[in-house]
Amino acid sequence: MFDGKEGPAIQKAMDLLVRYGEALDAERLADTNNVAGTIGATMPFLRSYAAGEQGFDAVFSEFSLDSGEVLAIPPVKVFSSHLQQGFDPAHAEQQGIAPEVVKIYKKGGDYCAKLGVQPLNTCAPYLVGNLPVKGEICAWMESSAVIYINSVLGARTNAEGRESAGAAMLTGKIPYWGYHIDENRLGTHLIELDVDIDSVSEWGLLGYYIGEMVQEQVPVVNSTRQIGNLARLKHFGAAAASSGGVEMYHIVGLTPEAPTVEAAFGRNKPVATFRYGPAERKRIYQSLNSTANDTQVDFVMLGCPHYSIEQIWEAGRLLEGKHIHENSNLWIFTPRAIKQMADQNGLTKIIEDAGAFLMTDTCSALGRVLPKGVKVAAVDSAKQAHYLPAIMGIQAWFGTTADCVQAAVTGRWNGGLK
Amino acid sequence: MTTIILHGRKVVGGCAEGEALVTKDRISGWGGIDPLTGTIIETRHELRGQSFKGKVLVFPGAKGSSGWSGQFHIARLAGAAPIAMVFNEMTTKIALGAVVTHAPAITGFDRDPLEIIETGDWVKVDGDTGIVEITKKHKD
Repeated sequence: MFDGKEGPAIQKAMDLLVRYGEALDAERLADTNNVAGTIGATMPFLRSYAAGEQGFDAVFSEFSLDSGEVLAIPPVKVFSSHLQQGFDPAHAEQQGIAPEVVKIYKKGGDYCAKLGVQPLNTCAPYLVGNLPVKGEICAWMESSAVIYINSVLGARTNAEGRESAGAAMLTGKIPYWGYHIDENRLGTHLIELDVDIDSVSEWGLLGYYIGEMVQEQVPVVNSTRQIGNLARLKHFGAAAASSGGVEMYHIVGLTPEAPTVEAAFGRNKPVATFRYGPAERKRIYQSLNSTANDTQVDFVMLGCPHYSIEQIWEAGRLLEGKHIHENSNLWIFTPRAIKQMADQNGLTKIIEDAGAFLMTDTCSALGRVLPKGVKVAAVDSAKQAHYLPAIMGIQAWFGTTADCVQAAVTGRWNGGLK
Repeated sequence: MTTIILHGRKVVGGCAEGEALVTKDRISGWGGIDPLTGTIIETRHELRGQSFKGKVLVFPGAKGSSGWSGQFHIARLAGAAPIAMVFNEMTTKIALGAVVTHAPAITGFDRDPLEIIETGDWVKVDGDTGIVEITKKHKD
């Protein structure tokens, strides 16, 4: 492939992977048959490339292969999934997206189909049919998905970027490095719990704390008492990957590579032990709420990472028979395939009857999409609380899903650490 | 004028020199910088509001979203990228980010660059040889 016999695009892809592998000091390239990346062009800077004569081939060449020369891009060689897009075309008007940008989105969708990239259009491909198995070498982007499939599923991926994922789609290759290798998956830091972690928001606080403490290392949470589930671990990982760079964790007795503390650490000795108790919990809660002062909430955003059908059902139960305050908004984000189920069983109707929206494809931070004039948001995601104020220059409250729904209904923040 | 030499390992080849911008905080790419101006925007970052455009960026490493490389890629195309990168912690985010920034980059030093280089020092980065040459702004 490197010699150009399979065409210039494959050659450029190999050239990038080799440069990247050398930068990492990787010993070789590994084979992969599961790539999750992004090739869309709805971000403002990329739109001009997509609008040009060579359209999406120009976008793919520059932003997926690091090639200033525009190449004819062949169909992908291995199973490839598309992550988030820049907005939801079905709610373009609410999200303030101009019709010509919706055209670029549709052009991008056609291009994905031509290349054979599957339009999962979510930060959580594992919610909608892409569930790698234990030991499977993957090349995924999206920090919250990377940490989930490494830790909860036992798959093996590093946090790839747009360019390495694009090159992997065309070649089925990725540098063999980091979390592909057994010894790098072993625990480095021990976390002891002095409080029970018994809800999605508590898992988010713990994840945000751990990310701060261990940065990009491999934490081992020593507790067999905590009950995790998809929504909890999804939030936990997203939070740890936002405050730090955690891509792999173990929870003793819960995640597949940690039947015991000894197994989680293997030959490693814990570099440090941290205790998470009431004081740490309070500090993290305050830190996540540090951008917020005004209790008048004009926007509530749920679905970071994208909501599962269970979470939509829960939001539906909180919303049923209520109405969003006239000065507030509620947007819930989920993958398209899940929205289809919500449409089918009446959940979308419950949400819309309350004056809220069930949206797909993107989220507020990634797409930079907010209702007009928003100043104060409320979110049930530590990741969104981390990013939204920095990216959009607004205040953000962090709390439970129930706190958030109540804020949308009353227009006021009444949350707090309980 | 004293110069200090550090030895490290090539991440990206090439040679560049300029003023150092140093931080002990890791940098987030997506959501942490404005790629069109090279400004750090992360809420609690010590360099918040400062731009690395045209600077030799000296930092511990990358954190946060996997959009890291994409943001630094855009920064290069927008003319707002650092002219060189000097860092300690190797991750996929920073390796790919450095590769697509097309600026010389070095890691794996014999001494910690964060302890030696200060903002405003004049720094020459030779990616091919792995040598960083520092001319201090203030004499000790």
